[in-house]
Amino acid sequence: MGNEQAVFFSRVLTELTLSFHIIYATIGVGVPLMIMIAQWVGIKKNDEHYILLARRWARGFVITVAVGVVTGTAIGLQLSLLWPNFMELAGNVAALPLFMETFAFFFEAIFLGIYLYTWDRFENQKKHLLLLIPVAIGASFSAVFITMLNAFMNAPQGFDLVNGEIININPLLAMFNPAMPTKVAHVVSTAFMTSAFVLASIAAFRMIKGSNHVYHKKALYLTMKIGLIFSIATAVIGDFSGKYLAEYQPEKLAAAEWHFETEGNAPLILYGVLDDGEVKYAIEIPYALSILAHSMPSAEVIGLDQFPEDEIPPLYIHYLFDIMVTIGMWMVLLSGVFWLGTRRRWKLVTTKWFRWLIVLGGPLSIIAIEAGWWLAEVGRQPWVLRGIMRTEDAATTSGQVGTMLVLFVILYIILGIGSVVVLTRMFRKNPVEREIEDREMEKGGDVL
Amino acid sequence: MTLEIIGISVLWTFLFGYILVGAIDFGAGFFNAYSLITGRQRILTNIIQRYLSPVWEVTNVFLVFFFVGIIGFFPKTAFYYGTTLLVPVSIGIILLAIRGSYYAFETYGARGHKGYSFMYGLAGILIPASLSIVLTISEGGFVTMVEGHPVLDYWLLFSSRLTWSIVVLSIAATLYISAVFLTWYANKARDTEATKLLRKYALIWALPTMITAAGIIFELRIHNPEHYSNIQRFWPMFLISFLMFIGTVVLLWVRKNYGLAFGLLAGQFIFAFFGYGASHYPYLLYPHLTIYDSFTNTAMAISLIVVFILGLGLLIPSLYLLMRLFLFDKDYVRGKSNHHA
Repeated sequence: MGNEQAVFFSRVLTELTLSFHIIYATIGVGVPLMIMIAQWVGIKKNDEHYILLARRWARGFVITVAVGVVTGTAIGLQLSLLWPNFMELAGNVAALPLFMETFAFFFEAIFLGIYLYTWDRFENQKKHLLLLIPVAIGASFSAVFITMLNAFMNAPQGFDLVNGEIININPLLAMFNPAMPTKVAHVVSTAFMTSAFVLASIAAFRMIKGSNHVYHKKALYLTMKIGLIFSIATAVIGDFSGKYLAEYQPEKLAAAEWHFETEGNAPLILYGVLDDGEVKYAIEIPYALSILAHSMPSAEVIGLDQFPEDEIPPLYIHYLFDIMVTIGMWMVLLSGVFWLGTRRRWKLVTTKWFRWLIVLGGPLSIIAIEAGWWLAEVGRQPWVLRGIMRTEDAATTSGQVGTMLVLFVILYIILGIGSVVVLTRMFRKNPVEREIEDREMEKGGDVL
Repeated sequence: MTLEIIGISVLWTFLFGYILVGAIDFGAGFFNAYSLITGRQRILTNIIQRYLSPVWEVTNVFLVFFFVGIIGFFPKTAFYYGTTLLVPVSIGIILLAIRGSYYAFETYGARGHKGYSFMYGLAGILIPASLSIVLTISEGGFVTMVEGHPVLDYWLLFSSRLTWSIVVLSIAATLYISAVFLTWYANKARDTEATKLLRKYALIWALPTMITAAGIIFELRIHNPEHYSNIQRFWPMFLISFLMFIGTVVLLWVRKNYGLAFGLLAGQFIFAFFGYGASHYPYLLYPHLTIYDSFTNTAMAISLIVVFILGLGLLIPSLYLLMRLFLFDKDYVRGKSNHHA
């Protein structure tokens, strides 16, 4: 049919939109919780700095949320525009979480509007904080519901396919599929982790630039602590994900770990390169794959030899796995050392180079998010709906996808540059030191 | 009442919601940009910003709700409309993205930035034009089936008088709805200068709206006789709509009761929109797709309706709170209080 071009461009455009959207979406899911914690700590400790932290984060958050909303709208529509055959099937079976997501999103949008425009409107700060709870819940549940759809693509269930007809549809079963628990937990916890490290990265950067106001120290300690908690949580959930994959998507696990032969006592391969089908320069951790897959060093792990050639995902996903896991582990270590070091007053954690490492942690976490999503999506290939529909059969037949791709590349460049420029301008024009002074003057200096 | 009818009624209502709040929003952005060129931003910007700021994100959700809902209730639309709408809807998405993000950039990051204001004002006014193409295509005649796939004939579409009449109507109606609403809002804010200017805009855009709307019905007689004859069955709805239109214009003219004027305008569009929708029944896309042959399975339909009812239980109180705090709060509307983060 000569549809290869449309399939190829559809894949590139979807990947581009998702990769761009996920940056803003991750921040959009995670930052409301950070604002909530900061404001809550501020009220509890009666510390204006934390309140101001919440307020300034909220200001920056609006910019990222705007880009997140519009790119989210883009991916929502592109699913139907680029993958009409898939959406027709998904609409029949898995429309429920998608529909719920719009309600979560509605809820979030309404209360975000209210929250932003009611600073100092209430006598009681706690009332204002209450308005943020629906924002955080709405944001997290948007992620939960949309990830349910992605989980459905990995482990479709809740229907029967008989002679091309979909029958016996059970929307709840489709929603609560086996991939759902680990996937949802992983997405939400990494969003919290990444948001915390991005905010920590900003605080560390300000400190390197010579601003040694206690405000930044509080911000850094708070965010690194939250980051530590969620990076540990992410590692634990990652272990469960391995067990899920071994059970339901063994080909994805095997491809990500370069596990070719089905065998027991399977070692975990980290790093290395693939040269003519041979793994070179890799680190082999004995029994680790068997433990990851089945919690038992001797357990048999299904290898790629069990799958026909045309149902094996591309093997380069191993590199994505390496990137994701390395960054995740590195962030646990970095934030752990920082937390311990701050409590024990180690000199190490206040050195300039250590702060640079924290600055680097923000972008690194985002790279880990990207690598994780590429791993999840490429690792599902050649399927769009595992075992049911191939990606190439789901795509549009339209001849204009290439042109649209060009337009969207331009759009994302404009939005990316625009949001960065606006955010830097916003905070550079109104540094925190000045804002603290202004607020003290306003209050007659009686608070701080 | 069948599940199909419940489904399409819910979706049509939300689409109406989007058209109304979207029109206010897009028109406001355009007036704001226009007042910058003509040096009248002093008069308009305040009033427009005060209304728009807390609600822009909510507007967008109405649209998301509609397109997610239609895939849920009528999954076959993904196949028919998804394939054919790639270009017009992609352009719509790009405009929406520019509009939404540059609005936020200007409002929260760089107040009064002229470039940003132009960008979102212009993008906003083109959104109704690009999205209205979907309604045109639904009238049939532009989509043919080739080897089992729907294909859109762009040449036919863009050389059709119907297409351009609908485009003009969407723009005129956007500006009209927005101007009437803002006249009321400005009047509530006791901003006489802004009220005067917006009232003028409202009166200017009233006539083009009515003329193009009537013109489209006339076009349909040639383009889609079946739909045209259906429209005539619903003539009382269009008559009521027209009378309400007259009511709005009269009230604006005599400078009385702008709140009622906006209420009548909403009524005018409700009757016209639902009259149009009812006469379009049962087709989603003439003559390929009806609400019956595209409908989802019963299990999904019922669960969607249950979620919808639960969702409304959450949504209506929240929307009420939003409106009470910003639309009906005197101090906020009059700009006496500014509690932005």
